[in-house]
Amino acid sequence: MTDKKATTVLRSSFIALAMFGFGYLMVPIYDVLCNITGLNGNTEIVSTQQEVEFEPDMTRTVKVQFVANLNNSMNWTFEPEIFELEVHPGQRIVTNYTAINHRPDAVVGQAIPSVMPGLASRHFHKVECFCFTNQTFAAKEERQMPVVFVVDPALPEKVEVITLSYTFFDVTETASVTPFTFEVPAGG
Amino acid sequence: MSTATVDDHHDEHPGFFKRWITTTNHKDIGTLYLLFSLLMFFVGGAMAMVIRAELYIPGLQWVEPGFFNSMTTMHALIMIFGAVMPAFTGLANWLIPMMVGGCDMALPRLNNWSFWILPFAFTMLLSTLFMPGGAPAGGWTMYPPLVLQTGNAFPFVIFSIHLMGISSIMGSINVVATILNMRAPGMTLLKMPLFVWTWLITAYLLIATMPVLAGAVTMLLTDKYFATSFFSAAGGGDPVMFQHIFWFFGHPEVYILILPAFGIVSHIIPTFARKPLFGYSSMVYATASIAFLSFIVWAHHMFTVGMPLVGELFFMFSTMLIAVPTGVKVFNWIATMWRGSMTFETPMLFAVGFVIMFTLGGFSGLMLAIAPADFQYHDTYFVVAHFHYVLVPGAVFAIMAAGYFWLPKWTGHMYNETLGKWHFWLSTIFVNLTFFPMHFVGLAGMPRRIPDYSLQFTEFNTMASIGSFGFGLSQLLFAFIVFQTIRGGKKATDQVWEGAEGLEWTLPSPPPAHTFDVPPVIK
Ligand code: HEM
Ligand SMILES: [Cu+2]
Repeated sequence: MTDKKATTVLRSSFIALAMFGFGYLMVPIYDVLCNITGLNGNTEIVSTQQEVEFEPDMTRTVKVQFVANLNNSMNWTFEPEIFELEVHPGQRIVTNYTAINHRPDAVVGQAIPSVMPGLASRHFHKVECFCFTNQTFAAKEERQMPVVFVVDPALPEKVEVITLSYTFFDVTETASVTPFTFEVPAGG
Repeated sequence: MSTATVDDHHDEHPGFFKRWITTTNHKDIGTLYLLFSLLMFFVGGAMAMVIRAELYIPGLQWVEPGFFNSMTTMHALIMIFGAVMPAFTGLANWLIPMMVGGCDMALPRLNNWSFWILPFAFTMLLSTLFMPGGAPAGGWTMYPPLVLQTGNAFPFVIFSIHLMGISSIMGSINVVATILNMRAPGMTLLKMPLFVWTWLITAYLLIATMPVLAGAVTMLLTDKYFATSFFSAAGGGDPVMFQHIFWFFGHPEVYILILPAFGIVSHIIPTFARKPLFGYSSMVYATASIAFLSFIVWAHHMFTVGMPLVGELFFMFSTMLIAVPTGVKVFNWIATMWRGSMTFETPMLFAVGFVIMFTLGGFSGLMLAIAPADFQYHDTYFVVAHFHYVLVPGAVFAIMAAGYFWLPKWTGHMYNETLGKWHFWLSTIFVNLTFFPMHFVGLAGMPRRIPDYSLQFTEFNTMASIGSFGFGLSQLLFAFIVFQTIRGGKKATDQVWEGAEGLEWTLPSPPPAHTFDVPPVIK
């Protein structure tokens, strides 16, 4: 092989390898982008570290809707106590979700939150949430789980409705292998 | 031409094994690729017949819904990776060395490997049809979490995609190395024939995107078997991210499926219009800009996933921007025909058919690019109509045009012109009967990838099914014509076509095994 040809081959192979790496690099890029912008509606899954204290803005109301989903084939009941609330930005709100495990054995569940519109998720702070850790339910157990949240007064004016949705996943299998923790705020 | 003298003192009569299995000759490898592609075209076509038989009338008649979904998935994978891409690589093998005046591909041994990986990859893919849990049925786009429900077939699908990817990357590196290093003296980049140019750009697209697909499917594999959660929301991942990675590969991939076709048509139209190609350099720049833009439009496949407004707008406008260089190309082909002394031999018929029907597919693409409208069209038969217009009377017609155009050069025999014309007209009538009604049922809301549908869609579906059976049968005629031409026929001249220009037409028909051992000099 001539030198020139070898160079072409090496360069092209390098591009191919680099692009394989780039495919994987897209994962952190996506996570970072989504964390900064909240594009995909993912909100913090760990409690906001510093206390979120705001001056409530009584002149403005935002409607917050609550949605509960189960990932397929989970034999649970899962629903919000109230479906809709009018809140003032800056107010600390407490609401509850109820879940019932209908199965005859214990199940470890993990709730994954999502906020719509995605761009509002940065302004939606969960102070306390059952989604911060996984939830073990004994056979046939029923439980109420609180969510405490604050809507940031910096929420853009045009957002009038925020939807908070949770999907419960059955993580019994993975949870028994490795303790389920979110070390970093999961974005992506 | 002196450089083209028959040079068969080495391996004049190699045995079957040496000629086909261990061959490093670009012409033989080209033939292998083309025959493999023809075989896969019929395998994938048979699956399409199953799909259309089931959709002939509403209700479930022939197959289980799960198997139906396997058919749509496998049909797409086989047609894309088994029929269209190997056909282009086969053409590249046969034509690029002859067009640039090189003696062979730059890396002949690698070339042998690139081809021989394919039969293994597709045997593996097809074997999934017989596995417990069935062949993959989640669509060729393999979206999680659905695709993770595939049974035992799953790792086989992933590995066969890895193999196809490796094969195309090796093939592309070979094409790049050939084009950049094997050109005859005097053949500057801007003197290269357009087929060579379009393939050079396609090869770069392949090198840049196939590894991304490989990465995406590897992530699927580890998500399923090694407890990673790239795409599993429960573990902190996001299934939508798969769609971003997949379409980052997927949109450039659709241009991989069409750019070499642009090159082919740019050879055929000037030949039969007996005029040089209009706007050669604008063709080169248009191809390059299409390739560049194809990397920044991927999310037009994902308008409905809930992107923010800026995202929708960006991907909508960047997608529409692609129509500009594409329009330049269509304009140039028409301008080439303008006032030409045209004749309509079979290759020209297919090429003109390509220009008209590909453009139709481009128009429906533009409709889909309108983000607010796509919420209605997405995942309906309208999308199916769109991509079949660009792929069947687009890419596949161009490949057939190339077959008729260069077959006399390769075999030394003229094909049967009457049968060729029959093949063109039957294909054209039936392809439109098949895919045109899909626009209507799509706009009316018939979803894609379903084995049953509501009554109001019956007539158009029946029409489409009849069209598809006709189209399928007409392709048997193509296979017949090809084999008839290989076995005999009127002797072809060296130039074959009166208006043909380019180095390959200076060689004898058929060319000897080794050509341009001494490079020709280009003025
Ligand atoms: C003017 C040029 C084009 C435009 C504006 C365009 C636009 C689009 C859009 C917006 C979609 C997504 C529709 C949806 O899922 O809702 C789409 C799908 C598709 N296009 Fe195009 N397209 C163009 C050319 C092409 C070409 C040249 C090809 C291939 C040769 C192609 C192949 C496909 C395929 C295969 C799909 C469907 C993928 C799938 O979901 O399975 N398109 N196109
Ligand atoms: Cu696209």
